[in-house]
Amino acid sequence: MNRTNIVVNLNEPLVFEQSAPGKSAYSLPPLDVEEVALDQIVDPKLIRSDIPGFPEISEVELIRHYTRLSTWNYHVDLGLYPLGSCTMKYNPKLNERVARIPGLATVHPLLNAPLAQGNLKILYRLQELLKEITGMAGVTLQPAAGSQGELTGILMVRAYHAARNKPRKYVLIPDSAHGTNPASATISGYEVKAIPSDQTGQIDLTSLKEKMSDEVACLMLTNPNTLGIFESRIQEIGRIVHEAGALLYMDGANFNALLGQTRPGDMGIDVLHLNLHKTFSTPHGGGGPGSGPVACQESLIPFLPVPIVAKDGDKFRLDFDRPQTIGRLHAFFGNFGMMVRALAYILSCGGDGLKQISETAVLNANYIRKRLADHYDLPYDTPSLHEVVFSDKRQERQGVKTLDIAKRLIDLGFHPPTVYFPLIVHGALMIEPTESAGKGELDEFIEAMIQIHRETVEEPAKVTGAPTSAKVARLDETRAARTPVLRWKARGKDEEKDEG
Amino acid sequence: MRYISLTPEERKQMLDVLGLGSADELFRSIPAAVRLTRPLDVPSAMSETEVVNYFETLARENTSAQSNACFLGAGAYNHFVPTVIDSIISRSEFYTAYTPYQPEISQGTLQSIFEYQTMISQLTGLDVANASLYDGSSATAEAALMAARVTGRKCILVSPSLHPEYRRVLETYVRNLNFQLEELRQAPDGRIDRDSLEAQIGENCGSVIIQSPNFFGVVEDIAALAQVVKAAGGVLVVAVTEALSLGLLQPPGDLGADIVAGEGQSFGIPLGFGGPYLGLFACRDQYKRQMPGRVVGETVDSQGRRGFVLTLSTREQHIRREKATSNICTNQGLCALMCAVFLATLGRKGLRELAEQNLRKAHYLRSLLADHLVFSGPFFNEFTVRCPESPERINERLAEQGIIGGLPLGRYYAERADQMVVCVTEQVSRTQMDEFARIFKG
Repeated sequence: MNRTNIVVNLNEPLVFEQSAPGKSAYSLPPLDVEEVALDQIVDPKLIRSDIPGFPEISEVELIRHYTRLSTWNYHVDLGLYPLGSCTMKYNPKLNERVARIPGLATVHPLLNAPLAQGNLKILYRLQELLKEITGMAGVTLQPAAGSQGELTGILMVRAYHAARNKPRKYVLIPDSAHGTNPASATISGYEVKAIPSDQTGQIDLTSLKEKMSDEVACLMLTNPNTLGIFESRIQEIGRIVHEAGALLYMDGANFNALLGQTRPGDMGIDVLHLNLHKTFSTPHGGGGPGSGPVACQESLIPFLPVPIVAKDGDKFRLDFDRPQTIGRLHAFFGNFGMMVRALAYILSCGGDGLKQISETAVLNANYIRKRLADHYDLPYDTPSLHEVVFSDKRQERQGVKTLDIAKRLIDLGFHPPTVYFPLIVHGALMIEPTESAGKGELDEFIEAMIQIHRETVEEPAKVTGAPTSAKVARLDETRAARTPVLRWKARGKDEEKDEG
Repeated sequence: MRYISLTPEERKQMLDVLGLGSADELFRSIPAAVRLTRPLDVPSAMSETEVVNYFETLARENTSAQSNACFLGAGAYNHFVPTVIDSIISRSEFYTAYTPYQPEISQGTLQSIFEYQTMISQLTGLDVANASLYDGSSATAEAALMAARVTGRKCILVSPSLHPEYRRVLETYVRNLNFQLEELRQAPDGRIDRDSLEAQIGENCGSVIIQSPNFFGVVEDIAALAQVVKAAGGVLVVAVTEALSLGLLQPPGDLGADIVAGEGQSFGIPLGFGGPYLGLFACRDQYKRQMPGRVVGETVDSQGRRGFVLTLSTREQHIRREKATSNICTNQGLCALMCAVFLATLGRKGLRELAEQNLRKAHYLRSLLADHLVFSGPFFNEFTVRCPESPERINERLAEQGIIGGLPLGRYYAERADQMVVCVTEQVSRTQMDEFARIFKG
């Protein structure tokens, strides 16, 4: 298959640049109450003037505009999207269908519980299934994404310690962790202490012991970590943490590797968040919406956000009466539409299917690892699970860096892996194929990576000049940051008053 | 498993390459003591038909706003969603892509967000907008944190008519950061008492959070409040739960707001039982490097062509870690796209016409309930009424006629147990309003 030139290069101006008075894409029913003069019902001082430059286009132009824009995007339905730590798996169409069932999707969140039994049952069912899948005792579905899940979890940790009269001061975070971890700990009022990784790519236990004290609230551990490595001393880590009276938080971003193989609840984790948009197939939407449920052990249940969906007999109700709760993270129940999709996914896969998913995701990643290990530097040779992290050490000798490799992959028809993360690997290339990739596609990707390695020696300019087949060539990010242009502005006779 | 593409033969070939006898060996790094040795207690796989039937059955146990007239608003509004929106967001190119980390192959997402940011700036009257936050409530909490960063003052003044659930989220976000939240006073007309603001703002209290139209539906005198805030060197945050009001009412930025945080659900996003929604966030240019969340900017490529990238990333957690302006990573990208498509569909004329319809219809219902009004202040499409009997009982009688009533206030304000907030959108007809008024009056 020739994977090049899959991006259509139609030019497409901004929607504002296509606007002209007299064009429109809307239709409203006629007003069915008397059309009294506006100033009779509202003070004219409250009314805004027209919005110069606001779009005015026809429906057909609108559809073509967005359709053309869409052709410039790489996406999961097009091919392998091996962004490490993002779990870019296939998003089943069935999930989209059920999430749009009008009787589910047009329900007001402030309805009384008896009028929303169907949706409450969905929340309850998902809650219960996630408890079984994680081995935990309590679940909240409210956090809108992974980082809000982290915040929720850490706030629960804090409330747990505060209920024991001392919230404690520090959160320990390995240096390989995602940036959201320290940021979430900070807004929870904690100071962050970084723990280095050892030469196996796992958390350094000596340093962990040194930094552990009765002022440590928790250790935030990503497992498997961002190198794709399972923290195999997890039981000992749990002991060290718990002996100091601290809690063990697990960032479940990489839970796809563990489905049906092991459960956080059985390995000493006190609280974790999941990402429904990673492990449970809800679409990434060009940057969201996600969903970041939090699961916890019995000891943390009192602190879960409100409301919790409870079951009385065959009726479901919302439990707000939880005096020790951390409060709310979302005005309503979180990203409900994502929960419908995730539940559809779990039901479609079944228990066996979930296990096959982790098995296949890990097999795919290890296959890539093995076949590329002769061409790319593998900084840690510890066994890894669902993703593999290479460095650009070998290619750098030829003047080719990770960014170049990533851009060259675009020309060869693939979305690049996550780059320059985790920070502990020089020029990291973090590859997560997920279970969605078939062997044929994996082989093509591997061949493309090998080709790039060959090119770094034979024709490095081809790599450093990439991409040449995309809508645009490399973009000037420095200029974007130094002199930010964050919006379009009308010019000429329609000019807005200067707001800059 | 239809979501997996490997044949047993390929599986074996791949294991051979790895020198492994079984897939189980891939998991040797997990200590045996913590391996799950039994199957998950999750039902076996359901077919597509079964899954559809399962959810269709549950849908019948809900009272939806599609088959019932809906007078319930309070942060979630039953507006019409134009057909084109689902058509566009159902394109795999948009919904199965992720955050545009590789701009060369994400220009569709990036340009559409740039256009979204522009429209939010235009609507709010502020210079810059970000690429979205989770929802109105967390956007308001992020605005409070940002205002505190900007002013360096630890006390935040909060309107008593800020949506109570937003207030709750705000409390959750600031609880451990040594902020104090102080409540402003409400005047009898339903707006913030300007004198109370003047008395409370000062060296310690610099950030002021109000909502307009507020939780009771009343439009605040933003300009008057902004004057006070400005004179005290503070930062005014205006929260907006009914974004459609921005299509008709004076933009908060023009009236002196420094930050607008809001809920964009009204712009093409279904009620959806509360989510996914869309956190709107816009601010003055001078504060842009303090903003939370992703931002898209315009630039050029190596050949001088216009293109778009994620920018100002040194504010963000993946660079700054614990010193970031926010912990947010994934946002509500697809909802921002829905909003942008909605605004482009309604456009310059349609948005205003739609907003006017809401205002006129709401005022028609008010004329029917004139004896029951609680506040005299101006309103957009929601207002508060005192009920002749318990609001819950009225709602029960409305429900019998297929009408979803307003929001009883007793749950949030004990002293208002006899009141409800009524919302009128373009989706309710005059006949339904007449019926509502008849049943309401008993």
